[in-house]
Amino acid sequence: MEELLSILEELHPEVDFETETGLVTNGIIDSFDIVTIISEIGDRFDVVVSAEYITPENFDSAETIYDMIQRIEEEE
Amino acid sequence: MQNNVLDYLDNIVKIKPNKVAFANESFSMTFSGVYKESRSLASYIAGKGIYKKPVVIFMNKHPREITAFFGVIYSGCYYVPIDEEMPASRIDLILDNVKSPLIICDEDTIEKAEAFNTDAEAVLYTDVIKTDIDEDKLALIASKVIDTDPIYIVFTSGSTGVPKGVCACHRSVLDYIEQLSETLEFNEDTVFGNQTPLYFDACLKEVYPTLKFGATTYLIPKSLFMFPVKLVEFINEHNINTICWVVSALTMISAFGTFKTVVPKTLTNIAFGSEVFPIKQFNMWRQVLPNARFTNLYGPTEGTGMCCYYKVNREFELDDVIPIGRPFKNTEILLLTEDGKLAQDGQPGEICIRGTGVTLGYYNNEAKTKESFVQNPLNTFYPETIYKTGDIGKLNNYGELEFVSRKDYQIKHMGHRIELGEIEANVNALEGVKISGCIYDKEKGKIVLYYVGDIDKAELITILKDKLPRYMVPNVTNRLESMPFTANGKINRVELTKMNQANNK
Repeated sequence: MEELLSILEELHPEVDFETETGLVTNGIIDSFDIVTIISEIGDRFDVVVSAEYITPENFDSAETIYDMIQRIEEEE
Repeated sequence: MQNNVLDYLDNIVKIKPNKVAFANESFSMTFSGVYKESRSLASYIAGKGIYKKPVVIFMNKHPREITAFFGVIYSGCYYVPIDEEMPASRIDLILDNVKSPLIICDEDTIEKAEAFNTDAEAVLYTDVIKTDIDEDKLALIASKVIDTDPIYIVFTSGSTGVPKGVCACHRSVLDYIEQLSETLEFNEDTVFGNQTPLYFDACLKEVYPTLKFGATTYLIPKSLFMFPVKLVEFINEHNINTICWVVSALTMISAFGTFKTVVPKTLTNIAFGSEVFPIKQFNMWRQVLPNARFTNLYGPTEGTGMCCYYKVNREFELDDVIPIGRPFKNTEILLLTEDGKLAQDGQPGEICIRGTGVTLGYYNNEAKTKESFVQNPLNTFYPETIYKTGDIGKLNNYGELEFVSRKDYQIKHMGHRIELGEIEANVNALEGVKISGCIYDKEKGKIVLYYVGDIDKAELITILKDKLPRYMVPNVTNRLESMPFTANGKINRVELTKMNQANNK
């Protein structure tokens, strides 16, 4: 989780990712952010986030992103 | 001879009054609806005695925003689209430049507009379209149109921190729409899926061909461009067959294996531009849609949108570059060397545009206009304006134009044209910042900011978000003890680039 938070904080130092639960619904992240987050997750967690995982629900908070990474790891 | 872009609408409303012209996910307007509402709006504007003036359109991306554009043109005025996502300070700069008497709003924007620091009156679209159509007055206005009269002003990034308003007339838009339609083979069965914002020239590609042919344009919700599977499903659901998108919107789909789940099977005509298309991604698109036509488009806002095209007709290896090809009919590209001569035999030169497509210049900004809209140095005999793009290009072995680099610090990021100098000017103006330098990490596609000062990163970005559109806000921010300078006292961008590379490792 620390690793994920550091990815997110580098992108948006002005956001508190430990409490924010509406990254998509509140319009905080955009398509550039999603592409960057997926690419950084790929580098640092060694998981491939494929299209079916890229949904508003999976990207709405640090916690849901983290859950998604764990699900992908289990499936691999 | 057609001398008014709205002759397209006057014609098509008689032929296909009940066909859907513009739609989004939940709302649609027929040509008849577009015609009536735009003429009511025009009658309102004309009734107030506003004529040959800029009229600001401050509405959410919506079929009615497009209708408002047409209403402004019917009134003999020219439209200035601004967007809710633009920060207030940028909107102030734009309003100060155009000095418009009127702002057309929707329910979501009217309160904001009333708080702007301007004398302009803010009115609600849904109120003013209740105005009775004054056919006599609109006919009189139409009869006086000259095709060199302006129809819009759109704002683009300016290196000193002040956006520049590119002003275009009927004639250059007509020329562009005719050449683009012929090249991309649009017709009445074309169903466009619009991606680009309505406050740039990019949307001309869909808006006016829709009128010309009686085609249909779907405005795709911006949020879908974050979620590739949903985006492709939207395309298929609405039978969209033609898209003119920035490259990053296309790679958003191909990069994540979307095609394994769903294929945009209705697409037959795919145009792209504004950025270099990575060949690996491009080849994925070609493989999944082998029968579709792919066209690379190139051109600056100052040339009324696009001015060159390349229809993909051969295979590309991973280290190849897709060329920008050749100019549209009725446009010439001059590759000029620094001493104003034609570049020879594949030598690089500045891409300069000659022809009707060259716009009128920057609105209310003579100094900036004179820098880039200049006399053709090859012609010393009569006045002839060409536009210097600042892009360096060269001809390849096929005789096709290729983009090489920029002369200055303008970048393309997610399809947006950005002056790094505009970001720096805004950062430098913040209290607690001594100096800043911005670079673009091409490999990662990130805007990287370095600054010296007392303010912390989070606070800096928070304030900057109120000054700059979100696509211009740096993606990586670094605070430095001191800024590296070159021997002659300029910010050392080579050193900043090295620092960024070291940081990436």
